[in-house]
Amino acid sequence: MRPALFTPLVVFLVILLLGYIGFQLEDPHRLPSALVGKPFPDFAAQRLEGGDGALVGREDLLGSPTLVNVWATWCPTCRAEHEELLRIRASAPVRIIGVNYKDDPAKARRWLRDYGDPYEFNLVDPDGALGVELGVYGAPETFLLNAAGEVVFKQVGAITESVWRRELAPRLAALGVAVSAAPNARPADASAAFSATPAAPQQSDVGSR
Amino acid sequence: MVKQQRVKGVCARPALWLLLLGAGLAAGASPVDVYDFPDAATEARYRALVAELRCPKCLNTNLAGSDAPIAQDLRAAVHRLIIQEGLADQQVRDYLQARYGDFILYDPPVTGATLFLWAGPILFAGIGLGLIAVRMRRQQRARLSDADQAQLRRILDEA
Repeated sequence: MRPALFTPLVVFLVILLLGYIGFQLEDPHRLPSALVGKPFPDFAAQRLEGGDGALVGREDLLGSPTLVNVWATWCPTCRAEHEELLRIRASAPVRIIGVNYKDDPAKARRWLRDYGDPYEFNLVDPDGALGVELGVYGAPETFLLNAAGEVVFKQVGAITESVWRRELAPRLAALGVAVSAAPNARPADASAAFSATPAAPQQSDVGSR
Repeated sequence: MVKQQRVKGVCARPALWLLLLGAGLAAGASPVDVYDFPDAATEARYRALVAELRCPKCLNTNLAGSDAPIAQDLRAAVHRLIIQEGLADQQVRDYLQARYGDFILYDPPVTGATLFLWAGPILFAGIGLGLIAVRMRRQQRARLSDADQAQLRRILDEA
């Protein structure tokens, strides 16, 4: 048996193996988050509602663990995510601050009126400048900040029930937020259609952003 | 793209065709936005930066060549940083790298994860050179010695 005879077969199998591994690597559209482990950037923005034009800054996000959720009415994935945010708001004692990203304020207010408002308050970013400051490159994106205002985690794409269970709830628990281990049964309404199955990768959330 | 489609209707007139094509090429560098610059040097700096930096949304397009909304925002940010805030080129790169990570630089740093990327070509070149060396040595060994050559010639001459 001559070994040279099998060289093409071995080469082929190696290529096959490399492809098998390569295509299982993480979604190339997903950027590693540069801000994780760093302080949330300083900023100045107006509120979507109320506030009388007073500027909100980084210091307003400090004091307790906070979710900063970047959303817009033009973003269909945000609509799907909205149900999950409402559920989190109802079940976990965590602040949720919204950043209304490159949106029409009137539409945004109507959205909150029609679909419910999970946010403590919303900031407006009409031209995406705040988004650039935060390293946002699409919506939805969500930052988890600790009480000192450091970015603990960043979710690119929608927060789904599985993202909550696997990524957010454990980190919030570590930050001292009372999060029940098996968070609240999902209500049997239309929002169930939006939830990802636990085993499904979240890559599908990114495509439609 | 839009300009080239418009061009199709006037193919009968080559001069006009060329003119429009030229205009399309000139506009191609920065597709939509128009910015003011205090001088040509600053404009050149801006153009170099948006050509060098990578659009975070589009994997393999620079900021200059992308129509993605985030690329437009980042072009505006680069313009603002060098004109209004007077940052140097390296400061602009650092600013964006701090927010969007190494991805935006088109220049992966040497880390554990990218080591293969950097060392791979050298590794493969080494393997290739090694293979060539082995083959050459084998060929040399396969060559007949002087005594064998002489014997071969004798046999051939006898035939």
